[in-house]
Amino acid sequence: MSETAVEVRSVSKHFGQGDHTIRALDDVSVTIGKGEFFTLLGPSGCGKTTLLRLIAGFESPTSGAIHLEGQDITDLPPNKRPVNTVFQSYALFPHLTVAQNVGFGLEMLGRPKAEVKATAERMLALVKLEALAGRKVSQLSGGQQQRVALARALAPQPKVLLLDEPLSALDLKLRKEMQIELKRLQHETGITFIFVTHDQEEALTMSDRIAVMSTGHIRQIGAPREIYTRPTSRFVADFIGETNFLTVEARGGAADLGAGTRIETAKTGRVTLAVRPEHVRLTPAGAAGALPATVTNAVYFGTDMHVYLTLQDGTEVVARQQTQADPSAEPAPGQTVGVTFAPGAVQLLED
Amino acid sequence: MHSLEERANNRSARNGWFLSTPALVILTFAAVGPLFIMLVYSFLEAGQYGNVEWAFSTDGWVATLFTRDIFDDTVSLADAHLTIFWRSVKLSLLTTALTFAVGFPTAWFIATRPPKARALWLFLITIPFWTNLLIRTFAINEIIRTEGVLNTVLKKLGLIETPLQIIYTDTAVLIGMTYVYLPLMVLPLFAAIDRFDMRLLEACYDLYASRWRALTRVIVPIVKPGIVAGSILVFIPSLGAYVTPRILGGGKNMMIGNFIELQFGQGRNWPLGAALSVVLLVIVATALLFYVRAVNREVRHD
Repeated sequence: MSETAVEVRSVSKHFGQGDHTIRALDDVSVTIGKGEFFTLLGPSGCGKTTLLRLIAGFESPTSGAIHLEGQDITDLPPNKRPVNTVFQSYALFPHLTVAQNVGFGLEMLGRPKAEVKATAERMLALVKLEALAGRKVSQLSGGQQQRVALARALAPQPKVLLLDEPLSALDLKLRKEMQIELKRLQHETGITFIFVTHDQEEALTMSDRIAVMSTGHIRQIGAPREIYTRPTSRFVADFIGETNFLTVEARGGAADLGAGTRIETAKTGRVTLAVRPEHVRLTPAGAAGALPATVTNAVYFGTDMHVYLTLQDGTEVVARQQTQADPSAEPAPGQTVGVTFAPGAVQLLED
Repeated sequence: MHSLEERANNRSARNGWFLSTPALVILTFAAVGPLFIMLVYSFLEAGQYGNVEWAFSTDGWVATLFTRDIFDDTVSLADAHLTIFWRSVKLSLLTTALTFAVGFPTAWFIATRPPKARALWLFLITIPFWTNLLIRTFAINEIIRTEGVLNTVLKKLGLIETPLQIIYTDTAVLIGMTYVYLPLMVLPLFAAIDRFDMRLLEACYDLYASRWRALTRVIVPIVKPGIVAGSILVFIPSLGAYVTPRILGGGKNMMIGNFIELQFGQGRNWPLGAALSVVLLVIVATALLFYVRAVNREVRHD
């Protein structure tokens, strides 16, 4: 992250007035680097789309400022911002052909006709739709419309491309294809992508960095691996992937889980630790340094299985492990086993 | 494109047409009957006291465009008739343009209100339909006549010294027709704008379009069916308007409708009246043909 593409400076956005005020965004600050694939991830209503719309210029912030490559664009209308959007609904112009849709932005910028035509063709080739240039958009499938929307937003070569849950309307297979496709396009064009999604897997697959949002705040910003392995809050740990929460008493500069797991912390009193199911390991009952637990359920789903366990203090823990060729070697409900945690896999949460 | 099941359903729906026979019979007589009578009458001789003599004559048709001098029997082009035709077409086109100019912002306003308010505004637009056309026209008369509301107010405000002569001019007819036919423009426009996906507008602005370019490049082409329907609904009745030009245009500024009425009344020339009615029909049909063609061609060029 050498240069800054977008800088959001303590932006708030409130809808409504008085007692009915909804704080869609509450003092949000984030800096997005040039050429980054940056994802805003969160459940619906977390403010991720509002933040995207503020950057696009469809809404103006209640307070705060937005800078684009060092220039304050807070008061610029959307048609003056060198930023383009891929809409969730695609919002393609139904009365125009595919090529006319793609050329629309350049046409509005007053570029010569030949240039508009050439760029539209190049963009359609980029999304592999050159054969459909003359079609009406209503004649295209959902996946093809998606590509046209992408080509249309890329054609004016924006400084930043905003993508508002663009893959949510596609079926799973097509979505996987488009995820790879989007990564390729970003790589080829070098444009900064800001991507909004509620799908954590999508975010982890595609992003350089992720901002996890909830109720109008950014909870954590980091690379996918960092967000997944080092969640700082209960919300992030819970929202991304599956997590076991363990509450222990911290004293003397550390929280001791037993089973040989000690986390150093300056905190005292009850703290929450998080550990992913795939880092929970099962050992034979009574093994040294293992926490005793009872298997309550075992759910098979192909390559892996989930083992539901209850620790002695009543805490429920899920372990994920690979299935084995011999089913009788797998844990069965009612069985007593031992539990240990992979070294370094236990994360202390701040809240 | 269609599945077999769909096609089968369509076929069974089409095969049930004979149940519509009674309605079709009535419609045939009601639509074709009067037209036929009109056509026959236009080729008969005028009776002394109105009505027709059952003898073939083309006098009615000749009289639509030419006039025979009563002294020397020479035939010359009837300037007065041409003036009436021209005024009718001109006023109808202007009415269509004016109702569009006023109706489009109105329809846009209504379509962009919250659903509840929208119902109220639509209701208000249709209120004038509840009153008789004659009464509404007299109300306009009351506003624009020499001692009417408009002139009185302007005089009181000191903006004018002598009253504006609006009543009994083409302008009066234009104002009246625009007022009367405005809802016919607003309703189809509203229906089209209501279907317009407002998210497209955001896409326009996102792609650097100004408000004007968004209007001309995206909104107007997409709501075009509403504009076509509204224009047809206003233009056709305008061309045949009778009450409005009669009351607001006085006796002088006749339109085709008044001219036809004159032939069946004081003029006592039924064949001419019938021929004029056919002419009106032809003008409407030709205008529609050109209009629809022009619109379709434009759509295809896009």
